[in-house]
Amino acid sequence: MATEFEEMGAVPSFTVTLFVRRYNQEDGLEARWQDFDVQVHGTDRVLDALHKIKWEIDGSLTFRRSCAHGVCGSDAMRINGRNRLACKTLIKDLDITQPIYVEPIKGLEVEKDLVVNMEPFYKAYRDVQPFLIASDKPAKERLQSPEDRERFDDTTKCILCAACTSSCPVFWTDGQYFGPAAIVNAHRFIFDSRDEAAEVRLDILNDKEGVWRCRTTFNCTEACPRGIQVTKAIAEVKQAILRGRA
Amino acid sequence: MSIVIEPPRSSKPKRTNWEKYGWMYMRASGVLLVILIFGHLFTNLWLGEGIKAIDFAFVGGKWSDPFWQVWDLLMLWLALIHGTNGMRTIVNDYAERVAVRKTLTYVLWATCAALIVLGTLVIFTFDPCPANGTIENLPSFCPAK
Repeated sequence: MATEFEEMGAVPSFTVTLFVRRYNQEDGLEARWQDFDVQVHGTDRVLDALHKIKWEIDGSLTFRRSCAHGVCGSDAMRINGRNRLACKTLIKDLDITQPIYVEPIKGLEVEKDLVVNMEPFYKAYRDVQPFLIASDKPAKERLQSPEDRERFDDTTKCILCAACTSSCPVFWTDGQYFGPAAIVNAHRFIFDSRDEAAEVRLDILNDKEGVWRCRTTFNCTEACPRGIQVTKAIAEVKQAILRGRA
Repeated sequence: MSIVIEPPRSSKPKRTNWEKYGWMYMRASGVLLVILIFGHLFTNLWLGEGIKAIDFAFVGGKWSDPFWQVWDLLMLWLALIHGTNGMRTIVNDYAERVAVRKTLTYVLWATCAALIVLGTLVIFTFDPCPANGTIENLPSFCPAK
């Protein structure tokens, strides 16, 4: 009886093969694929499999993660050729009859294994001045109607994981393009009725490397783990530039 | 004490932003080209005898009409600039070295300019019955024949 109950409540487990892109600047070798066979549960995410590798098989495997619940945006990686958060990707949802390929996000310099240098990404983010710019003293709260709040609701969801920017073929080429994430965060303030610097941000994005480099390939929208309509936000910024105001 | 935040990317001198106008041009010319090209295909391939009517005289006849001269001129200019600008963006995306990018962009616009000049010349100077042509080479409808 006891075993029967255990089986009823048991989570199915299975073995998957993970091919992880390994790179270590110090060993002088080129980046290479390394495969690991991991026993995982049906409830496990790719991040759990990576933890299992790091904690039980190879402690040198390097990747970023903080909250592990899809909020901090640390563990964006390219899983089976698509940018996703490792902590939001259930292994059972992937094709487990095939190996799972895990590699760092593209377009940013790899520092070690799955860790990339995020600085160019953050630089573009800083360049759009992603903070409230208002001339009045914050003596009391700035009120806003639900309709005005709704205007930029979608772009407040960004967690700066870089899944969108590093899925953008224009960003891959030379990394000069601001990238979808920076434009999304500019959008968040451009269309905020409390903010007064929309023109400044529109001017910044009306750059040679600004919104006009967007090819509307929708890679960003597809990659966003928060479901932000990134390409739509970029199009709205383009239209605002043409109008000359938000 | 207040903190002064330097405006980013402002060190470069402000220049005319061609990217914005390029983007607008691509959309405007795209819409116009759809009308112009389908109008062109419709008159050439569908109206009257359809495709069988196209010969030297047909083209000569069209280019003696100012309406079709302007129509073809618009198609020529809009399509060549549209196509070249599209190629330029591809070059911008894929040519990583500055020298390669500049060379390719220069070659693209030079080719575009040459084709526009040649095409415009043909549209406005085309004469199906040149006065100095040898009689046997002239098409049958020429008065000299």
